[in-house]
Amino acid sequence: MNKKEFDLIIIGAGASGLTAAIYAARRTLSTLVLAKDIGGQANLASHIENYPGFDPTSGFELMNKMKTQAEGFGAQFLLQEVKEINKQGTSFQIVTTQSEFSARAIILAFGLTPRDLGVPGEQEFKNKGVSYCVNCDGPLFKGKTVMVVGGGNSALDAAEYLSRITSQVYLIHRGDSFRGEHCLVERVEKMKNIKIFFNSEIAEIKGENKVTSALVKNNQTTQEQELSCDGVFVEVGYVAKTDLIKDLVELNERRQIKINRDCETSCPGIFAAGDITDIAYKQVVIAAGEGAKAALQVYKHLQQEKGKPIKVDWGR
Amino acid sequence: MPEIKITDQNFEEEVIKSSQPVLIDFWAEWCGPCKIMLPIVEDLAKEYEGKPVKIGKMNVDENPQTVGQFGILSIPTFILFKDGKPINQQAGALPKEKLQELIDQAL
Repeated sequence: MNKKEFDLIIIGAGASGLTAAIYAARRTLSTLVLAKDIGGQANLASHIENYPGFDPTSGFELMNKMKTQAEGFGAQFLLQEVKEINKQGTSFQIVTTQSEFSARAIILAFGLTPRDLGVPGEQEFKNKGVSYCVNCDGPLFKGKTVMVVGGGNSALDAAEYLSRITSQVYLIHRGDSFRGEHCLVERVEKMKNIKIFFNSEIAEIKGENKVTSALVKNNQTTQEQELSCDGVFVEVGYVAKTDLIKDLVELNERRQIKINRDCETSCPGIFAAGDITDIAYKQVVIAAGEGAKAALQVYKHLQQEKGKPIKVDWGR
Repeated sequence: MPEIKITDQNFEEEVIKSSQPVLIDFWAEWCGPCKIMLPIVEDLAKEYEGKPVKIGKMNVDENPQTVGQFGILSIPTFILFKDGKPINQQAGALPKEKLQELIDQAL
């Protein structure tokens, strides 16, 4: 791609970034999407059952449809990681691992990142038994013994799914009860090969070339026991990795980007949408809607810059 | 030359005994990120046509022997082989440019 200057650069290509790209391209803004991957977190979902108008569909399929749709309207995509964003007057310079671009407006839509456990052995055995994606790696542990860490819906989901293909699942949860949906909790409790450890944490992951065991510590009795296992699935939620933009836009106490209801950040020209923002609900359909809002607001902003204010899209 | 289908059966011939470096994409039908990578790997195979490198893919469900041998516990995984030995291994969906770098260092 030779083009370096765009009306809008969208960072991230999950549901919000892709929807923003569709809306922006339809307003004939020259639009570039920069992302590490296409689809974001939704890719990891084997089935999305609550996207209106769609039969249960794989996250990957749904996201790919959005991408094709955005490309159809003229949005361009590059799989490059953004390293730096600099404000230059009313426009922005964006430096990636391979190149440099400029844009008159930016939409930050890079979502959340799975949280690490932060225990010894975790980094060493990442992808060698330590996994953050049950749907990607689960089937590689057929007939083996695995550990799932966490107490929310995704941990319960993971434990239930793994219990069907592995011989033994240890579910390690810090709290004394599960936070997940009631029906999921019931399903997990029914499975004979899921052993639940409440009030417990992993203290260390051990192995040689790959995971062979983990040290499980009861945080009430402080007793530790080493359990043999072939895999550790980490499902302890997500964090907002916003270091890149912390000096440009205001963040909340959870380091998520603060936006107003029109997806504007504290910095004029920078907009944000989806899971990375301080909205309460992290859902595909909500992220898509927020992406649409952000793109329309960008259009309005750029028109105003040109001295052509636009009216609301439902009035006369 | 499109990408080669590597299997437990042809692994020895196509990879271990290969005089050229070989990049293998370990993937499966049920893995979303793997599906993102498949077209990228196909593109790469076309781009590197005529160059002294082989680009292949291996379905992990159909080839448990090789998968076990290299301890693949996360997919997609990319392994670059040179002189029959794995010299670089990367897990997770990667940008095309990263894979190009990986291949170029072996050329």
